[in-house]
Amino acid sequence: MTDISYSSPKTIDEAVAAMVAAKGAGRILAGGTDLLVQLRAGFVKPGSIIVDIKKIAEMTSIEDKGGGSFKVGAAVTGMQLHDHPTFKKAWPGVLEAINLIGSKQIQGRASAGGNLCNASPAADSVPALVAAGATVTVQGPKGRREVAVEKIPAGPGRMTLEPGEIVVSFTLPARPAGSSDAYLRLIPRTEMDIAVVGCGVNLTMKGGICTAARVGLGAVAPTVLLVEAAAKALIGSKLDANALEAAAAACRAVCKPIDDKRGTIVYRTKIAGVLLKRATAIAAERAAKN
Amino acid sequence: MSKLHVTTTINGEPTEFLCEPTQAVLDVLRDQLGLTGTKEGCGSGDCGACTIMLDGRMVCSCLVLGAEAEGKKIETIEGMAQGDHLHALQKKFIEFAALQCGICTPGFLMASRALLERNNNPTETEVRYWLAGNLCRCTGYDKIVRAVMEVAADMRGAAR
Repeated sequence: MTDISYSSPKTIDEAVAAMVAAKGAGRILAGGTDLLVQLRAGFVKPGSIIVDIKKIAEMTSIEDKGGGSFKVGAAVTGMQLHDHPTFKKAWPGVLEAINLIGSKQIQGRASAGGNLCNASPAADSVPALVAAGATVTVQGPKGRREVAVEKIPAGPGRMTLEPGEIVVSFTLPARPAGSSDAYLRLIPRTEMDIAVVGCGVNLTMKGGICTAARVGLGAVAPTVLLVEAAAKALIGSKLDANALEAAAAACRAVCKPIDDKRGTIVYRTKIAGVLLKRATAIAAERAAKN
Repeated sequence: MSKLHVTTTINGEPTEFLCEPTQAVLDVLRDQLGLTGTKEGCGSGDCGACTIMLDGRMVCSCLVLGAEAEGKKIETIEGMAQGDHLHALQKKFIEFAALQCGICTPGFLMASRALLERNNNPTETEVRYWLAGNLCRCTGYDKIVRAVMEVAADMRGAAR
């Protein structure tokens, strides 16, 4: 383990250069709540280069761009977002999803960027960010690109990032009045567990009619899913029982979950529809106040 | 790999240490600096026994590299009492028997202080959720929660 090295670049260009030079042995360190566990368990390969990105201002800052649009650095912690003066009002669903990750101690370190890049299908922040329509800024040896959050995970523990590419920040779009979001997850206890199902819903309501919607589902497939058919069932409706059941059925239809001690395939599939209905109700209630 | 030189502040004292690139702050505190008040429970961020404050944020010191402490402010359980004068939480934990074996206690005290600095009027639910990252196998939690609620009430009384 002694030949693992540590670097803390001051700029993103330096961080990308370090990742390129590491030739696949680079490990990004944001909050470290996954990396340090792997390190202490001996799962980080000898010769790895730890690249700590927290000395880079863009990685750790939150920018309120107005109208509900935010830029959130990839290494911004859950507590930092929780304590931000305007973020909670703008994106309550995204915040509640990020704040569900681990304990308050973990919240002091863990980031949405790390949650995305750890690429767990059960990552709590990802369905909410997908529902939000968030994009990520990725920087690599060929420059910068903008990618939808749902395009980043490729499967459990795998991402679509090119060699040397780093997730720099999330951009949350501006939303019209009457918009809000919500995230719900089901776990077998009340705290500190991995999602059996997670569901993020983002809505815009106008005169009692749903004019825009996005739905993200977690822990029911190898990657977090954007469920466009569920959104379609909600848009144009008054969120009546028929529309909700159609959207719930669309959620159940895309589920390809695993069977494990936390939940069976049948249970996870059923719960996906239940959480869709409940999260939609919460998002609509919040939207009515905006 | 050569050791890294780190300059930091621990409980208000400027401190320097050398650490391996993979060494956690927890191990630096305990094995190199002799600050053994911070305990190792699980070593994976689940139990909270190693809770410290890092630049005012509550973190598990098993999940922070020593190298990351460069230029940061660390607070540990050793900085809680002022000489022989125990912190109100420490006194109340003793009074309420909110500990038995004591391994989890430094973490609970650090976490409870962090809560009361943010909110001196928490509900019981808020206390329980805030302390959900600290595990105790002895007390059943009730005595700990009651001690924290009582100190919060005392703080509000004193502020009036």
